[in-house]
Amino acid sequence: MKRWLPLLVFLILAGFLAKGLFLNPREVPSPLIGKAAPAFSLPVVGNAEAAFTPESMRGQVWLLNVWAPWCVACRQEHAFLMQLARSGAPPIVGLNWKDKSREADALLARTGNPYRAVPDDLDGRVGIDYGVTGTPETYLIDRDGIVRLKHVGPIDESAWNKKFEPKLKEIGT
Amino acid sequence: MKNWLLAILLAWALPALALDTLTPAPPAGPAAREAPPTAADPEIEQRLVKLATDLRCLVCQNESLAGSHSELAEDLRREIRDQMRQGKDDNEVIAYLTERYGDFVLYRPPFKPVTWLLWLGPLLFLGIGLAIWYVVLRRRRAAAPDTVDASALAAAARILEEKSDK
Amino acid sequence: MIPELGNLALILALLLAITQAVLPIWGAQTGNATLMRVARPAAQGQFAFLLLAYACLLHAFVINDFTVVNVARNSFSQLPVVYRVTATWGSHEGSMLMWVLMLAFWTLAVSLFSRRLPEDMVARVIGVMGVISVGFILFLLATSNPFLRIHPAPLDGNDMNPLLQDWGMIIHPPMLYMGYVGFAVAFAFAIAALISGRLDAAWARWSRPWTTVAWAFLTLGIVLGSWWAYRELGWGGWWFWDPTENASFMPWIAGTALIHSLAVTEKRGTFKAWTVLLALSAFSLSLLGTFLVRSGVLSSVHAFATDPSRGAFILGFLVVVIGASLALYAWRAPRMISGGDFTWFSRESLLLANNVVLLAALGSVLLGTLYPLFMDALGLGKISVGPPYFNAVFVPLIAPALFLMGVGPLARWKDASLPDAVTRLKWALAIAVATGLLLPFTLDGFNPWASLGFFLAMWIALSVLVAFRDRLKHAQGPWLERLRRLPRGFWGMQLAHFGLAWGVAGITLVSNYETERDVRMEPGSFTELAGYRFTFVGSEEYEGPNFVAARATIEVTQDGRRAFTLRPEKRIYNASGMPMTEASLHPNFFRDIYVALGEPLDDSHTAWAVRVYHKPFINWLWIGAALLVLGGFLAASDRRYRIAVKPETVPAAAGLKAQGA
Repeated sequence: MKRWLPLLVFLILAGFLAKGLFLNPREVPSPLIGKAAPAFSLPVVGNAEAAFTPESMRGQVWLLNVWAPWCVACRQEHAFLMQLARSGAPPIVGLNWKDKSREADALLARTGNPYRAVPDDLDGRVGIDYGVTGTPETYLIDRDGIVRLKHVGPIDESAWNKKFEPKLKEIGT
Repeated sequence: MKNWLLAILLAWALPALALDTLTPAPPAGPAAREAPPTAADPEIEQRLVKLATDLRCLVCQNESLAGSHSELAEDLRREIRDQMRQGKDDNEVIAYLTERYGDFVLYRPPFKPVTWLLWLGPLLFLGIGLAIWYVVLRRRRAAAPDTVDASALAAAARILEEKSDK
Repeated sequence: MIPELGNLALILALLLAITQAVLPIWGAQTGNATLMRVARPAAQGQFAFLLLAYACLLHAFVINDFTVVNVARNSFSQLPVVYRVTATWGSHEGSMLMWVLMLAFWTLAVSLFSRRLPEDMVARVIGVMGVISVGFILFLLATSNPFLRIHPAPLDGNDMNPLLQDWGMIIHPPMLYMGYVGFAVAFAFAIAALISGRLDAAWARWSRPWTTVAWAFLTLGIVLGSWWAYRELGWGGWWFWDPTENASFMPWIAGTALIHSLAVTEKRGTFKAWTVLLALSAFSLSLLGTFLVRSGVLSSVHAFATDPSRGAFILGFLVVVIGASLALYAWRAPRMISGGDFTWFSRESLLLANNVVLLAALGSVLLGTLYPLFMDALGLGKISVGPPYFNAVFVPLIAPALFLMGVGPLARWKDASLPDAVTRLKWALAIAVATGLLLPFTLDGFNPWASLGFFLAMWIALSVLVAFRDRLKHAQGPWLERLRRLPRGFWGMQLAHFGLAWGVAGITLVSNYETERDVRMEPGSFTELAGYRFTFVGSEEYEGPNFVAARATIEVTQDGRRAFTLRPEKRIYNASGMPMTEASLHPNFFRDIYVALGEPLDDSHTAWAVRVYHKPFINWLWIGAALLVLGGFLAASDRRYRIAVKPETVPAAAGLKAQGA
């Protein structure tokens, strides 16, 4: 019977390879899920006196959207975020990531601002704390400040319905 | 024997020829300036490079954190440098990174139940292979050496003599 | 017009391949000589049309025909002609066309050099290669056609990746593919033997030269890739255990095990089933490699721009070809009766041990390469498996194989004498141990890995010398005459093993004793490394054919005397804006001095970060590899493969011959 072993091993391997075609080797799951959202205090774009901390969002479910004015995919996502902001979805906080040329303020004035607040992460340190590797990335954080979901890439209708809605239902909004 | 000695001496001499100095020669010329190391703190830098070689650049297509020129890699190297300056040891730095980026950032997979098969697999393969070798040999061991016919042996000896006479 | 001609040629080649795949095998099964005779002309015709297709693509690149999508994506009007030529195989589509052309070339070779093989065997071998050709040409036409046009044509191309604009890249892919694809011949011979049920020593003898030549090409291809990486990537590394590198290394390990296993099957008729399985595996691993590199399943710098639909096609093809071959193996396995006993200490047992160790190493590389995929597919998270794993696992596994290399060639078949081997090798062992233990202390102190490397390299090298000494002892005539009379098979084996030893010595030395300096330099400043002084004279900008570069001049002196000048560059390529480091090398037999420019330290580009490397004996790696390749080719050209020996005339009682070395 051991003469069938090579074929068997190969078929199992082929099964894994087939599954692999549907996976993305670059998409990394976040180790923060189920843990407290890292604390920080950053000045806010447009108002250097004020500071934003995640603490201030305790008691509500909210979204942390990591974006940048130089990020092309963020522009694509922007329209959908405006829609979300108008529709009564959880409030969105836009973390301005590594905006060296200081364009966030002007850009938001021009295209519209879907964000409750825009903390300014100039050197990217807060991004590192959140495990950010690029933009846009969005975190769903619950009332107790626990990270429940991370989405890499722009959010569109289908991503919202497939990933965010079920999670929101689970948390209870 | 002489040939062997020669071989050894040659083999030993060769590496020395390349590594003639591991310590630098004294500088010549008073006007020239010795170039400072790129890093502000070469010792920390050495530790950093050694550690970062085994870490993955997260935005590249399979490059190490030590070699990558991407911005995120620069940021992370800066973070690691800061941590090392604060006195953190290698394990603490690794913990810092895996808390934020998961095990994906490590090129040396951690040894945990989910990777036992990975780390013990090679040993397992070798073990299975040696077991097969043993079993095959048990089966194939020649029963007894072939007994050679005396006349055939004599005939062979004669042939060899004829050949050596040519 | 010409691209359309190329497309047509591709379609005609497909039709010929289908003919080649179906008729001869059918003919062999039914004993129809006419159908069997279709094999050779079909193969030759297929090659002719594929060559035509390739020539059409080449033409499009050389004349800068940007109406062809492939040319527009991978070439540039300012690209030097030589790189326009290599750009034909620089993309997924182009390299796939080369793959298919290489397969047709090997089939052509089989059709020309198989006059002395039985017709039904030739028919089956060419037929099986035809099946593989059909699959890949279909793949080209259906998902990866290099002749697609674009209207309107862009004004200029996207340029070739600057990393590929180096002459290491000119020869690396063709040599690599010659090897990868060459294992299809051994595969086809194995399938033919399984189908016909005729699995004997003759089959092994026919397969051997083809397999050895393919192996030699694969070795050459891999080493060229390594050499290119060393010179082009700017940090002096030469192997990264990247999935693409592993994809070529795995068939190489299988191929090495195969050529050793074939030796046993040819000489003694043993290990038949195992050798057949290895022959199937070597090519299967080539196919697996093709899949891994082009499907996007693994993340690699080297992977082609990927597309899951292409991946699905290749995987489907893989399942059909490999699945069918392994099913055939399972079905026919009981018929393979192996003869010949051997004792614990004999060449057979040592070669079996060689195979065991090599396969364990192969399994480890496969495990490490695919483990992230396994975990992800099972939802267990994402990990990375990189050089620390592979180095930790591979080196201890390969060491026993290297040790065996010193003993195996000296052992007799069937029943070797251990006391005899000890007597012949005891001085070699003593000197190797002494070298291993003491040499590190004369260099930089205690270093167990260096000790291991030195021991193994010395051991193998001395064992080769012992083999020559013993072989020549009983011969007659002047030295040169005696050497010349030794069979090429012997020369090839010893040369290859000696080359490997040389390479191991080089790897041990460079890995353990290389040094570097990373400094900020401006005109007038200097740094020192390994007894050399590097003085930064200045930098200037210049324009290349398709790039703009900053080139620094660094004077190198030794003991106050001028030794040489190095000119590292930093280039920005016009079309893509991609930056590239062109390191400057000064090689010699004992070391490389390697200088690379980092980032400019100020806006005026007068001060630069500079990295200086001293790489002792790095060139021993390439020298050793060259000997390895040469040994392979030499062994394959042994007289006995070129003499016609009809199976009937070989006497039944093979006597001394079966035991001979």
